[in-house]
Amino acid sequence: MVKMVISGNSASAYGSKLARAEVIAAYPITPQTSIIEKIASLVANGEFETQFVKVESEHSAMAACISASLTGARTYTASSSHGLLLMHEMLIWASGARTPVVMSNINRANGPPWSVWADQHDTMAQRDTGWMQIYCESNQEVLDSILMAYKVGESRDIMLPSMIIEDAFILSHTVEPVDMPDQSAVDDFLPAYDPEMKLDVDDPHGFGSLVMPEWYMEFRYKIAEAMDKTRDKLRDVQKDFESRFGRSYGGLMEFYECEDAEAVLVISGSVASTAKEVVDRMRSAGKKVGLARLRYFRPFPVDEVRWLAKNVNCIGIVDRSYCFGHGGPMAAEIYGALMPVADKPIVKNFIAGLGGRDLTPEVLERLYENMLAIRSGGVDMEIEWVDVKDGRGG
Amino acid sequence: MSKFKRDYKKHQDLPLMPITFVSSEENQTGFWKTFKPVLEKEKCIKCAICWKFCPEPAIDIGDDDYPTFRMEHCKGCGICANECPKDAIQMVMEEE
Amino acid sequence: MERRGAPVTAYTKIDDKKIRIKSSIYEPDFVIVMDQSLIKAVNVVAGLKDGGKVLVNTTKPPGELGFEPDITIYAVDATGIAINNRLGSKAAPIVNSAILGGFVKMSGIVSLDSLIESVKKNVPVKQEENAQAARDAYEGVV
Repeated sequence: MVKMVISGNSASAYGSKLARAEVIAAYPITPQTSIIEKIASLVANGEFETQFVKVESEHSAMAACISASLTGARTYTASSSHGLLLMHEMLIWASGARTPVVMSNINRANGPPWSVWADQHDTMAQRDTGWMQIYCESNQEVLDSILMAYKVGESRDIMLPSMIIEDAFILSHTVEPVDMPDQSAVDDFLPAYDPEMKLDVDDPHGFGSLVMPEWYMEFRYKIAEAMDKTRDKLRDVQKDFESRFGRSYGGLMEFYECEDAEAVLVISGSVASTAKEVVDRMRSAGKKVGLARLRYFRPFPVDEVRWLAKNVNCIGIVDRSYCFGHGGPMAAEIYGALMPVADKPIVKNFIAGLGGRDLTPEVLERLYENMLAIRSGGVDMEIEWVDVKDGRGG
Repeated sequence: MSKFKRDYKKHQDLPLMPITFVSSEENQTGFWKTFKPVLEKEKCIKCAICWKFCPEPAIDIGDDDYPTFRMEHCKGCGICANECPKDAIQMVMEEE
Repeated sequence: MERRGAPVTAYTKIDDKKIRIKSSIYEPDFVIVMDQSLIKAVNVVAGLKDGGKVLVNTTKPPGELGFEPDITIYAVDATGIAINNRLGSKAAPIVNSAILGGFVKMSGIVSLDSLIESVKKNVPVKQEENAQAARDAYEGVV
């Protein structure tokens, strides 16, 4: 193991290398570009033996990954924002064809208005594509999550793709110390991809063919069943990873100071890291607040949300994107998961940090104070757009 | 012999994703058609555009460079007739 | 990286503990201005802490850069030093190692020896030239 000081994008590139991805097809887009630049240079220097395919679009990148995966190759790609949106059709194809492709996506705002900064609208819009989604907090988590994603996704009872998600610039371009595991330790943890079904010249079949209505639902049911199984699978894989590498990330949802909390914010991505500092500061001032960091958006942490609701009766959900029509995507999912809970907590949805608007400790502290106030005084508004100039709550 | 089952009773019997068991060469689709293509050889300039555009393996180019139609694959879509620059292919009602 | 030439603000946080706050810096202890033309384009001293220090890559002496007299300004000709050490080209010199030498002198956060060791270890090419540029800037700061 060596310690390196690298960006999230570099950690992504090294993750694909440590996982020994055999085929990588990608198209550049800010702020993902430095991932494929790094991979290209590793390949050019002879440090990384992989088939690096230059393609003409993100749609083609994903198509190439799916095809390569169907031959039994481990595949990797990376994109962001409009690139991910262009991939949408192929994302659905990847899960339908049960190809455990792993991709990094840099969370970047969708335009217009044109923006290259952090925002979760791009990945939240891929909720229903059948991909696992892991929102990372640090560059170390980016690297480790790539290794774990292959292990989970390639399990024969899972066979589904994964998206490893980092915030634009805050992780993608910011250097942090990252422990780089030894290749031999990674090889022991993550053996070569060995699918049950693959394209085989000695037993030729076309994959992904037409199915009549009498069997279509059964194929979709199998995907649903596999995605439900990922919850236990990824917990097991994380335990295995922790025993080998000494790092753990808290399953589908990480709870920080939630046990006795009077108010909790649910946050995903790098902002959760800042929130931990805020929780510590407020706790040292006698304020009982906590953080629930949503790591997986798919599969959704249903049990974790219900556990939280039983322990904490005041929950604020900070969405870094918005579903036009009603509310943030994390809030909508959490409210849905709360339906069977008998004593429902007070809930509020904050829309914050869109298009890279900075989420500072001061802003987060204000949201915590607001939650503590509505805990006794009642909810002031259902959905608050945080710091919108002269907007609701602005 | 394929390792995949062809008889499904329940979702557990299915492969991970739907697969084909025969190639399109064996998968005959010719019984669908209402109209069939007929070549007027004197108009044909042997350009093979019909062969390029045919969506099925239904047109062969023979040793004499003229197209021939494989009726067991032809769906009668008429793309060949539509694309022919010399109007050398006519779609005619297939007789019983 | 993807697009060079536009004014860019970047932040560095230095701590012995794990750094958890991922937001931008609004009250810096130190500011580094990589090119003196930026002084006119951006308010580079916005939010500077009391007792904060500013390092400017310039050929001018600190007093001629137009800052308020209560701000502590350091000047170093990082561009000249980079060119002298053949780092980058004359049109596009690479000033990073020189700037670091100047910054270490201004801040005293780490020793010059520690910086030199790190430059030699981490710079991909021209390690000696980069180390020399850091040393020249350390000595050349005014």
